[in-house]
Amino acid sequence: MIRVVLPAHLRTLARVSGEVTIEVNGPVTQRAVLDALEARYPMLRGTVRDHVTQKRRAFVRFFACEQDLSHESPDMPLPDAVVTGSEPFLIVGAMAGG
Amino acid sequence: MSSVRVLVGTRKGAFILTSDGARKRWEVQGQHFGGWELYHIKGSPIDPNRLYASQTSSWFGQVIQRSDDGGKTWNAPGTKPEDLMGSDSMPKGESNMFLYDTSAETGKPLTTHQHYDGSQRPWEFKRVWHLEPSLTDPDTVYAGVEDAALFRSTDGGRTWQELAGLRDVKGNLWQPGAGGMCLHTVMLDRTNPQRIYTAVSAAGAFRTDDGGKTWRAINRGLKSQYELPDQDADVGHCVHRIAMHPSRPNVLFMQKHWDVLRSDDAGESWHEVSGNLPTDFGFPIDVHAHEPNTIYVVPIKSDSEHYPPDGKLRMYRSRTGGNEWEALTKGLPQENCYVNILRDAMTVDQLDPCGIYFGTTGGQVYGSADGGDSWAPIVRDLPAVLSVEVQTL
Repeated sequence: MIRVVLPAHLRTLARVSGEVTIEVNGPVTQRAVLDALEARYPMLRGTVRDHVTQKRRAFVRFFACEQDLSHESPDMPLPDAVVTGSEPFLIVGAMAGG
Repeated sequence: MSSVRVLVGTRKGAFILTSDGARKRWEVQGQHFGGWELYHIKGSPIDPNRLYASQTSSWFGQVIQRSDDGGKTWNAPGTKPEDLMGSDSMPKGESNMFLYDTSAETGKPLTTHQHYDGSQRPWEFKRVWHLEPSLTDPDTVYAGVEDAALFRSTDGGRTWQELAGLRDVKGNLWQPGAGGMCLHTVMLDRTNPQRIYTAVSAAGAFRTDDGGKTWRAINRGLKSQYELPDQDADVGHCVHRIAMHPSRPNVLFMQKHWDVLRSDDAGESWHEVSGNLPTDFGFPIDVHAHEPNTIYVVPIKSDSEHYPPDGKLRMYRSRTGGNEWEALTKGLPQENCYVNILRDAMTVDQLDPCGIYFGTTGGQVYGSADGGDSWAPIVRDLPAVLSVEVQTL
């Protein structure tokens, strides 16, 4: 199981508390994790990735294992610690005023 | 006794203000959707428990919310457990998907509009500014969006389709104002279901007479000498708001960037009715519920000074359909007031006497239960108010 930590506003939207766990079939990549997340929580579609381009929204960041993975290819395998569930995949609202 | 429910959208959430028909004592409910921008909340005219809300954020984009119990509980349409599975057994969650129509069937490739620097940019969805529920069907609702376009949902907000013909009306000449290129006004005609009015900043006013298939600009008489190289251009005008009384759908009132105008022929032509206003710049405009010739505006000092002249918050009322205006000040701050009132932040109820409500960028919501003669703050310290609507229950 993959552990995913959502930012507070998206936890509210998805009506979950704490981290969520999702199952990913096949290689564990950003794209696969986000596909599985959106399949389980359809209200999150469009909030992390653009509906049309499927690109990360500008003020969203992806962290894991103390690394910023935001600019990595969405098809690059995620770290083993995320795959085994020992570390979570963090979706973070970027620092941006107001 | 009747009651009223005022729906307030702010920069940091939504609030619901309720009162009985006397409109003296108010209960404030909320905050709903804390931390999100609530551009607009509006109820269905025929099912007052059905509310639609535009929830948006620079971080997480657009969410459409719907309440079926008058604002007690909310759901993004299509995401309740019973809605989760579509026909292909996959969850949907399409209620925030506003895709411009590029289909071959309607022959609408994704067109371009003018950008600030004069270049052409393709339409790109940013947020929903205005939600206008149908007058006859609670599941049908229109959404005015940025970049400016009109969408319609016929399934309670689960899915949206663009009425793309609007972009045909010289869309390449439309351009964003300082707030973005937004479609902010949608008006439905009770006497003619095929007729819809819209207004876009900065493009102008538009009308369809065939239910949204084809559109034309209705900007004759608008003059924008400070904003456009051709002051009488067909499109490009920065219309801030249009209002009408449901009993006289051919009579329209407009607050433009500068100028207050009136049309007596469904927008075919306009003439200025600014009259003795201290300044004719402003954002909202509205019509009294029972007096179709009584209209309200809030003059703002100028396009670069978005606050009331002289630090005095004054609503202006014309009982003559324009030109002759009187200041309404009782109960409103008459010194050191430098707030703005945004285009969707004023509304009228249906009670007698007519109630009027407006919200400010300083977080106050003011109400009048006597047609504007006197005012009192309902609540003072909300986040900046983006929109105010009222339901008469």
